[in-house]
Amino acid sequence: MLIKTKNDIAISEITDESVYLKRREFMKVSAGLALAPLLGMPLDSQAAINDYAKLNFSKNTKFAIDEKLTPYKDVTTYNNFYEFGTSKSDPSEEAYRLKTSPWSVSIEGEVEKPGTYTLEDILRPHPLQERIYRFRCVEGWSMVIPWVGFPLGDLIKRFQPTSRARYVEFTTLERPAEMIGQNRSILNWPYVEGLRIDEAMHPLTIMAVGLYGRALPNQNGAPMRLVVPWKYGFKNSKSIVKIRFIEKQPVSTWMQAVPSEYGFYSNVNPQVAHPRWSQQRERRIGEFLKRKTLMFNGYSDQVAQLYSGMDLRKYF
Amino acid sequence: MKKIVWLKVFVFAACLTPLLYLSWALLQDALGANPIEELTRRSGEWTLRFLMITLCMTPVQKLFKQSWPIKLRRMLGLFTFFYASLHLLTYVWLDQFFAWGDILRDIIKRPFILVGMLAFLLLVPLAITSNQRMMRKLGRYWKRLHQLVYLIGGLGVLHFFWLVKKDLTMPTVYLLILVVLLGFRMILVWQRRLSYRRKSAVVQSPV
Repeated sequence: MLIKTKNDIAISEITDESVYLKRREFMKVSAGLALAPLLGMPLDSQAAINDYAKLNFSKNTKFAIDEKLTPYKDVTTYNNFYEFGTSKSDPSEEAYRLKTSPWSVSIEGEVEKPGTYTLEDILRPHPLQERIYRFRCVEGWSMVIPWVGFPLGDLIKRFQPTSRARYVEFTTLERPAEMIGQNRSILNWPYVEGLRIDEAMHPLTIMAVGLYGRALPNQNGAPMRLVVPWKYGFKNSKSIVKIRFIEKQPVSTWMQAVPSEYGFYSNVNPQVAHPRWSQQRERRIGEFLKRKTLMFNGYSDQVAQLYSGMDLRKYF
Repeated sequence: MKKIVWLKVFVFAACLTPLLYLSWALLQDALGANPIEELTRRSGEWTLRFLMITLCMTPVQKLFKQSWPIKLRRMLGLFTFFYASLHLLTYVWLDQFFAWGDILRDIIKRPFILVGMLAFLLLVPLAITSNQRMMRKLGRYWKRLHQLVYLIGGLGVLHFFWLVKKDLTMPTVYLLILVVLLGFRMILVWQRRLSYRRKSAVVQSPV
């Protein structure tokens, strides 16, 4: 008797071996996708580094530090940017709404060339460089971030500040439809910060437009933000739309909110405690044990002379 | 098995899920860039949640005339203590890594830490005296002692208020819950006094 067998699986239906071998990976990924919403992890928010445009820049070695960089993922998902919400994960989850193009910056106050400039006009003359800086948050954590930007001083010179320009005030965008954290009056929007003119002109102070060699993600202050590495993080204004030159010391948003806790200078200083956090130590993101906080965040050699003769307890 | 036993087993398992989730998240590196801070925050939040749930038991019992809430109360109270211990351990071990000098300075200088420590210290005698034997031994003082939980609730919420940088939404939510729960008890006391006075008035009136 002949037993008839029928080969009913077409060659095209046979799973390719390479795919077959990846079945575990597939299951892991799909399980992850299924679980993610349950665990409150958004799927699309943590955009990959490749989503951001590559920048042309040179490496600055003068201020280079030999410390391990904080991973890109941590730099771009652990942020304080109250315009998008008060939790650390809010900015990376909510900042996609922000439209950074077109963008203009208004230059006001004690300058010879005030006016509203497009972002392109602001950036065009400045060659970009990479600056690897320590970043210290007032809350007691720190990172090492490879910024891409240019010295703020070079930008300021173009507008020719007058002799009365003793301070520079920076204003962040206020657009509650796109910055959903601004729908609640946690802080007095828009966010305002300031520097003394010599701090602003200091070669360490940069205007950053990127990090890790690519354009800034919105949650890190796109399209243009301040980086002042010897001050606490909140002094580094993000998504800047206005730069005003003034004679009197400006009142920053945090000074206005809690005057006893936040001063104008806000230099990193392990000797001066914040009522909420001792500033003697900090946790470098990715490390287990805390490390000692350095005076001026380790930039004493460059900036200490800016404050000679000043009582830093009084001018905290 | 009796119904209440099953209920207790179920609630016990449910109370362990935050611990299991947090341990899993820690091992999977799913707590974000600063896992220690996240663990501290979440264990603290769970402590407050368990405290509020524990304080719900008496009102639920009175309102629905059920006995199970009171039978679950001790377990819930002990879980509050358990998560409070976890919260403290995270701070002392993972966050400060036993830097006792710094911890002491924190307690003296930072009001929110002082208040948190105080709340924890007050929880200790409650946990110790939570068993039947101590209940019997302490007699009428047991209830007095365990009324400390109202103060602990207040301190816990204050701890939350003082540690927040600016956004007071969540501390306010806990404050409101606490006010409702304590308010319920005040109404009970007030009613009891009222009915007591009425009774005594009846007794005094000439027959």
